[in-house]
Amino acid sequence: MSTLAYSFRDSATMMRRDLRHALRFPMMSISSIVVPVLFLLLFAGVFGNALRAGLGTAISGGATYIDYLTPGIILMTACASAETTAVNVSTDMTEGIIARFRTMAITRTSVLTGQVIGSGIRTLISGALVVAVAFGLGFRPTATPLGWVAVIGLFALLTVALTWLTVAFGLVAKTPAGANSMSLLIVVLPFVSSAFVPAGSMPAGVRWFAENQPFTPVIETLRGLLTGGPIGHNAILAVAWCVGIAVAGYLWARARYDRSQPAALAS
Amino acid sequence: MSVTTLRSALRSTGLRKSFGDKVVLDGIDLDVGEGTVFALLGPNGAGKTTTVQILSTLLRADGGEAEVAGFDVAREPEAVRAAIGVTGQFSAVDNLLTGEENLRLMADLHHLDRLQGRRRASELLDRFGLSGAARQMAATYSGGMRRRLDLAMTLIGSPRIIFLDEPTTGLDPRSRRDMWQIIRELVAAGITILLTTQYLEEADQLADRIAVLDDGHLVAEGTPDELKRRIPGGHAQLYFGDLAGLDRAAQAIGEAARDDGTLTLRVPTDDSPRSLLALLERLDRHALAAERVTLHTPDLDDVFLALTASPRHGQDSPR
Repeated sequence: MSTLAYSFRDSATMMRRDLRHALRFPMMSISSIVVPVLFLLLFAGVFGNALRAGLGTAISGGATYIDYLTPGIILMTACASAETTAVNVSTDMTEGIIARFRTMAITRTSVLTGQVIGSGIRTLISGALVVAVAFGLGFRPTATPLGWVAVIGLFALLTVALTWLTVAFGLVAKTPAGANSMSLLIVVLPFVSSAFVPAGSMPAGVRWFAENQPFTPVIETLRGLLTGGPIGHNAILAVAWCVGIAVAGYLWARARYDRSQPAALAS
Repeated sequence: MSVTTLRSALRSTGLRKSFGDKVVLDGIDLDVGEGTVFALLGPNGAGKTTTVQILSTLLRADGGEAEVAGFDVAREPEAVRAAIGVTGQFSAVDNLLTGEENLRLMADLHHLDRLQGRRRASELLDRFGLSGAARQMAATYSGGMRRRLDLAMTLIGSPRIIFLDEPTTGLDPRSRRDMWQIIRELVAAGITILLTTQYLEEADQLADRIAVLDDGHLVAEGTPDELKRRIPGGHAQLYFGDLAGLDRAAQAIGEAARDDGTLTLRVPTDDSPRSLLALLERLDRHALAAERVTLHTPDLDDVFLALTASPRHGQDSPR
């Protein structure tokens, strides 16, 4: 077999390992679904009417609040899953199994690539479940089949980007709790975006941040695709941000994997 | 225990490593012959694990050279990795997988085909007494079982050189003996082993050669016997029934240390039959009846303490 074929095989092996973990210890995966669903229930079910009334014409036409909210919740699902990835990778580091992999003749990035693919599959499943719950709560997307393909594509790209970044978090952090804390950044960032309310309704400084942070164009693009609002150049921005984060996360993770000593022995 | 080792499985010269200001390894020279067991003996923090991490390509040395299986660890790490297996002091097993799944994971990563992988996994489970627990998650294993699983995972790839980093630390005596037995079997199969340990008995039991590591320096190296010989203090202990007997013996033998409390006489001797025979003949000539004779050869504890107890501070070039 060629190096490339070995690389694929090793990645597949590592992916199976990650998915087996998810099945064996489902709490982590479940929590990455529960958190977005809770926010969906809280914001659509509890605050939904007040927010809809308060926002008035700030959100387009006769859209219901859950139609406005769901794209942001979909993004939060990817964030929550990415947090799981950081904790998983960090746990591997502290338990020494990554040190074992690093002393084996495995194609270098397969360990990480497999982890990213496994996480990606988990996240897509979580995303689908969250959309199903939203649908049950009254979410009525108007997307065309092609639109859905674009939604899935962008969600997958976002997932890859966040997963590479959180793999790096997991490799850098000294403990799983530390990896969790680092990922909080990603989990909290959607609150200061257009996920819950339009950026235009925020005070000037916050508004500038919300408009220019990476998640907003992703949410706006998803929202446009799902419920038919304007997308403009958000699509290009979203893809650019995702690709940028993915490349940065990949390079960071790769460098840490090649160089770092096992966290358990670092003291 | 033959030491006719012409080919080196592992060799290092002047290995150095610091973490920040702390010098962890300060010029380590090692030469481990193929098919032998080499023990790195030292207290916690001596640099044993760091040495293993450098030789197993986990860490880069700051200076010096190292070759493992004929490959340079810094320039040809992939080739080194293909030849070695590492079992660390922190058992690197996947807790969320069963014992069998852990072994199959290793088989997949070593690119064994499916059938071969299964066969090898079940062989190793049998050999290490883990068949009964094969379907249980590794998280439920006892310390001894985890170490055995860890070593079994290392063996899946049939490595020529195995690093065993404190393989029995924290194990109960029974599990330790099981581990020793396994290690002896590996040696019998021709595998080269670099063992680190803080247990002198372990090094004595298993190793062909021992290097004593202290604070990043090698303070001694040799066969267990050579090391023991470096420490004077072998003696025969003669036990007498009464003080009168002890008195007469002390007069007759001269250069001996007496202990009136225990009615014993310590006579310097090496452990050769000749010197013992000479001592006994002397007792016989003077019609002295000792009740009991015990022989004391210095053990590695003596060696270890003698070599490492001296304060290192202020010494720049220790060897």
